[in-house]
Amino acid sequence: MSTKPDARPEPAETGTPLVQVRDLSVHFQLRGGTLARLFGQDTGTIKAVDGVSFDLRPGEVLGLVGESGSGKSTLGRALLGLVPATSGSVRVQDQDLAELNRGRLREMRQVVQMVFQDPNAALNPSMTVEEAVADALRVHGIRSASERRERVVEALERVGLSPVELFLSKYPRDLSGGQKQRVVIARAIVLDPSVLVADEPVSMLDMSVRAKILQLMLLLKQELGLTYVYITHDLATAKFFCDRVAIMYLGRIVEIGPTEEIFANPRHPYTKALMAAIPEPDPEHTVPRDLPRGEIPDAAQPPLGCAFHPRCPEAITGCGWESRDLRVLMESHWLRTETSYDEETAAIGELDHLDEPSTTAQIGRGGSAPVRAILDRIKAEDPDEPLWSGVTSIEAEGSGVSVQFEPADSPALRRAGGVEVACILYPEEGSG
Amino acid sequence: MTVDLTDGSLPVPAEGPVISARDVRVWYGTTRGAIRAVDGVSFDLAPGETLGLVGESGCGKSTLGRGLMGLLPEGAKRDGEVLFRGRDIFSLGSKASYGLRGGELGMIFQEPLTRLNPLMRISQHFEETIKQHEPSLSKDEIRDRALEVLRLMGIPPTRYRSYPHEFSGGMRQRLMIALALVLRPAFVVADEPTTALDVLVEAQIVQILNDLRRNFSTSLLLITHNVGIVAEACDRVAVMYAGRIVEQGTVTEVFKNPQHPYTRALLRSTISLTTTGLEYIEGAPPDLVDPPDGCRFHPRCPEAMKVCATQNPVNIERPGGGRVECWLVGPEDQIPAGGTQALEKEELTVVDEA
Repeated sequence: MSTKPDARPEPAETGTPLVQVRDLSVHFQLRGGTLARLFGQDTGTIKAVDGVSFDLRPGEVLGLVGESGSGKSTLGRALLGLVPATSGSVRVQDQDLAELNRGRLREMRQVVQMVFQDPNAALNPSMTVEEAVADALRVHGIRSASERRERVVEALERVGLSPVELFLSKYPRDLSGGQKQRVVIARAIVLDPSVLVADEPVSMLDMSVRAKILQLMLLLKQELGLTYVYITHDLATAKFFCDRVAIMYLGRIVEIGPTEEIFANPRHPYTKALMAAIPEPDPEHTVPRDLPRGEIPDAAQPPLGCAFHPRCPEAITGCGWESRDLRVLMESHWLRTETSYDEETAAIGELDHLDEPSTTAQIGRGGSAPVRAILDRIKAEDPDEPLWSGVTSIEAEGSGVSVQFEPADSPALRRAGGVEVACILYPEEGSG
Repeated sequence: MTVDLTDGSLPVPAEGPVISARDVRVWYGTTRGAIRAVDGVSFDLAPGETLGLVGESGCGKSTLGRGLMGLLPEGAKRDGEVLFRGRDIFSLGSKASYGLRGGELGMIFQEPLTRLNPLMRISQHFEETIKQHEPSLSKDEIRDRALEVLRLMGIPPTRYRSYPHEFSGGMRQRLMIALALVLRPAFVVADEPTTALDVLVEAQIVQILNDLRRNFSTSLLLITHNVGIVAEACDRVAVMYAGRIVEQGTVTEVFKNPQHPYTRALLRSTISLTTTGLEYIEGAPPDLVDPPDGCRFHPRCPEAMKVCATQNPVNIERPGGGRVECWLVGPEDQIPAGGTQALEKEELTVVDEA
């Protein structure tokens, strides 16, 4: 690949994967109030990671890319057994992390190490550089102080913190951001791991140092034969740094494949949007205006159907339209100044009940006719709005109308060209 | 969907600049001596114009923004001259300066959640803000005015009585922008307004800022470390390094044809979708208590000459328009004999890294 330094060996397509993730889910139970817990009420779960599978091949750089709340960091932590899997499995060197006891899990962490995002938070302010890096060795049972020192010095030299004597006795507060991140990387490689999970390793750093740290990571990969999982929200560094990327949205992988193909031919509308949204330092390049609306939804109550459909610029009939989408549509109707908001809200009434996800939406308090008229007006404003194609019926009910939507499942990952995509625009190849 | 809130008439005659800053200095007192965070900065801002202030962390860009607003912490001092519509705002007393903020000078902060009161509804935020400046307005008039701005920010009227925690991060930043703009200030400072936001939301906010000049004819000083955002949303750019603006001009000019080596290095080190090689700036920004003699960038500058280490560069007209401070550009007749020889420097190592 022309964009990458030449010396990098091509990752072997075959060969036993170092890490196998199969149908992994990590769910967090929301605590709720004391009363709710006392009465055993369901307080809801956050599906941080929801049915994710991939293999990590020796020598590759796999990027996990997504916005905050996409589950990429939780997935990264699950690879080290730092969060327990709710279901599914993470196998490192053919051992299921869930079956290991604490001691064995700690041993396993010599194989998979982590580089954290914020070097200010990842280093103990009361430990010197030497103590911080040596601590990892101590935890993993290296008793000889001279051996620890020897390995600490070697690791610090590897990450470029030389002359080492100048850094050994320094505290984090004496170091610059880039130097701190080098210490964090030294601490991760001092145990001679095979895999590094790097969670946003450069996002807290200044532009002028980012490239330097990335270059260091490429060098270490080459010298130590490392395999990386690179977690980031930044598609630009992922494009440069990764062999394969997995784009994540609300706990799921929506597109995964070789970096070259994903960037040359993005398929999932979310991938396309992420790519289009990056402001380029070129005054002639402009970010398109038809970017997805809204933000990543509440993971405790993800959208029905495809999780991306409420923001998707390419959404169609079977994407899983529901009550909350109707609320958003009515609210954006009221954003237009020419509409008479006060009059229409009087006819529509409360909207808060629409936030309960459902394929049935009941609205109106002054009879069905005025509500229908308002809905017709909204539809006339934008007849192409895909939500309407997901409506199966609008019937008079109670003091207003009941809008029925066609239910849909969340799309599964399916092969499309050289990648896999989870989107109904890309049905199984060969079947359609 | 563009609504002109200015009723078609510009608040300021189009000729003169809204802000005219001359030799602005801001310093913080410390036990080690004074940190000269902003050290002699001059620029003009025309009505409806967006100026991007870009630089690494610690270059003084946020301090400059706060200094203009008069929002410096205790122990900080400012000096120089800043004319706002012809009136020197640095010489105003604290009361007069207080009266200027909000109605005339607006500010948009980085972290919207810490700037909104969690116990107050959005409606109350607007009532408080507007009442402070226009006590005669009735509640209905306030509501109409607030809803008008909120609509432009894409916040539906159904959310007017909500609390800050009911909004997402991007919505809160929209609220902050709406709160700053509802008083229709002529000049707004936006300090890293998108840093805490996700890529797609950042793009939405940048578009809103981009539309400001059309919708509000507000002059905007956009402080950011992201050169991509400058290219996207600004008319002109000022590149700041170690307390000084080293180059300024139109975004097209400066980005297409950067004159200062620091501008070139900053643009090159940015990783974008078209990046094919990793480039970085060696070393770290200087200590502002005791900045290096001559040009402050010379210890890191790959093109440094002998003159750069001894004499301050002269602020001159930039080829293609704008201003620049670099001996490479000139003026040649002020460089002493032999001054153009390459400077011999010690090699920069990780010890000096940022």
